[in-house]
Amino acid sequence: MSEEIALMKGNEAIAHAAIRYGVDGYFGYPITPQSEIIETLMEEAPWKTTGMVVLQAESEVSAINMVYAGAACGKYAMTSSSSPGISLKQEGISYMAGAELPALIVNVQRGGPGLGTIQPSQADYFQTVKGGGHGDYKLITLAPNSVQEMADFVGLAFDLAFKYRNPSMILTDGVIGQMMEKVKLPAWRQRRTEQEIREQCPWATLGKTADRKPNIITSLELDSAAMEKNNERFQAKYREVEATEVRYEEVKCDDADYLLVAFGSAARICMKTIDLARKEGIKVGLLRPITLWPFPTKVLHSYGGKVKGMLTVELNAGQMVEDVRLAVNGQIPVSHYGRLGGIVPTPDGVLAALKEKMSI
Amino acid sequence: MLQEIVISGFGGQGVLSMGKILAYSGMMEEKEVSWFPAYGPEQRGGTANVTVIISDEPISSPVVNQFDVAIVLNQPSLEKFEDRVKPGGALIYDGYGIHKKVERKDINVYRINAMDESIKMDNTRVFNMIILGGLLKISPMVELVNVMKGLQASLPERHHKLLPMNEAAILRGMELVEQEQQAE
Repeated sequence: MSEEIALMKGNEAIAHAAIRYGVDGYFGYPITPQSEIIETLMEEAPWKTTGMVVLQAESEVSAINMVYAGAACGKYAMTSSSSPGISLKQEGISYMAGAELPALIVNVQRGGPGLGTIQPSQADYFQTVKGGGHGDYKLITLAPNSVQEMADFVGLAFDLAFKYRNPSMILTDGVIGQMMEKVKLPAWRQRRTEQEIREQCPWATLGKTADRKPNIITSLELDSAAMEKNNERFQAKYREVEATEVRYEEVKCDDADYLLVAFGSAARICMKTIDLARKEGIKVGLLRPITLWPFPTKVLHSYGGKVKGMLTVELNAGQMVEDVRLAVNGQIPVSHYGRLGGIVPTPDGVLAALKEKMSI
Repeated sequence: MLQEIVISGFGGQGVLSMGKILAYSGMMEEKEVSWFPAYGPEQRGGTANVTVIISDEPISSPVVNQFDVAIVLNQPSLEKFEDRVKPGGALIYDGYGIHKKVERKDINVYRINAMDESIKMDNTRVFNMIILGGLLKISPMVELVNVMKGLQASLPERHHKLLPMNEAAILRGMELVEQEQQAE
């Protein structure tokens, strides 16, 4: 049955993948354009089959704190929302980073600021990779560009979260959440037993046994010297993630004179731009960051010595472009093209911007 | 084969579900498909629209600016999408919903009186299937047998008794569609 191909929305794929991965609990609050996640979970009623809890909380804030509690017990706990709801969750995310708790947060972005629009956007890039909540922390961030990756990244996000004891985010948008494509859902896995969780997560607060000290999960440490040590431990962990977990995709980069740099839905649009450009004899490639943190800094730097220029394409006013410029470090011009407030750029719009900004 | 199609009309005309059936049909032929709805406030009136792409190759962008076929089921949809049909492409409209003439001369224009026919058939719910029949007649991108399989896959089982009625509507649409203008 693992070979079955389905046609579904990205949001639905996330819900199905979560059940199949053996997630223990989903806690959320509806908001467009991601409500199909909780709707699909409610329809599938996994509490009757795998035992997974699905709960509509009274608010986004309570949902993220339910995730905190589930994660503290070593459970696979997740939540999802869209931009305004994700803003509400920032305190909880910072607390989880501080308490070193693994969990999955899904952000199906819409146009802001404020309540904004319900149409697709990528304007939460800064919020996601530069902090969002308070304190020196990092969020492992995956950016799917297809319904297939929406399904695949649920398991990957949990794997990375538990490997590093750190929250992960799937940062996507209304295009990928709402579109339907073919998808091969991941294989079914058993939910872990309590014994397995005790073995895999010796830090989990599942009840103290006689042979060990109590486990304490907290982000609070009033002794500054100890808190500095904690921070140093976090930073060492972040450097390890940066050294080992960078993921990206290169499309027609080998002979490219110009690189488009884009993630998620914008990267899909750029794939078509590449074809349009090459028909006109302009050699364009695409570098697609799959992890937004850790960011593919090294590979972008190396392309800085090979191509004539780069254009980042984002559904925002220019956010990732700052990280691309830092990576390229002045070797070549790096420009940005974006549409705002829920408007999605078109492939020929991207091509026109490339020609204009790179003076082709 | 690559077909980039937009279907646009009032919310409630079955625009999204027609697109879904088309996408399922393409999938039954083991083609690549994508379905991307305008999911915003348009859904509740104005121009609900969906982009369906069917292709032999993996689909790059689910969002495109120009279409091989535009199906427009009300006046605002014609105004929005007339300019976005590829030169030599096709525009299909329902005679009931469109009052203004198509101005472009470089596209093929087809009329299908689906609303009138569905009223005659005493079942306005098959309106979108009549339109789908018209589309398949002028651009046979998927086989009818696969459309029926697609319908079966996209309809909940409790509605499977309606399959023959839908097939009849598709066949009627194939008869009804008329070419009004040849692309210059």
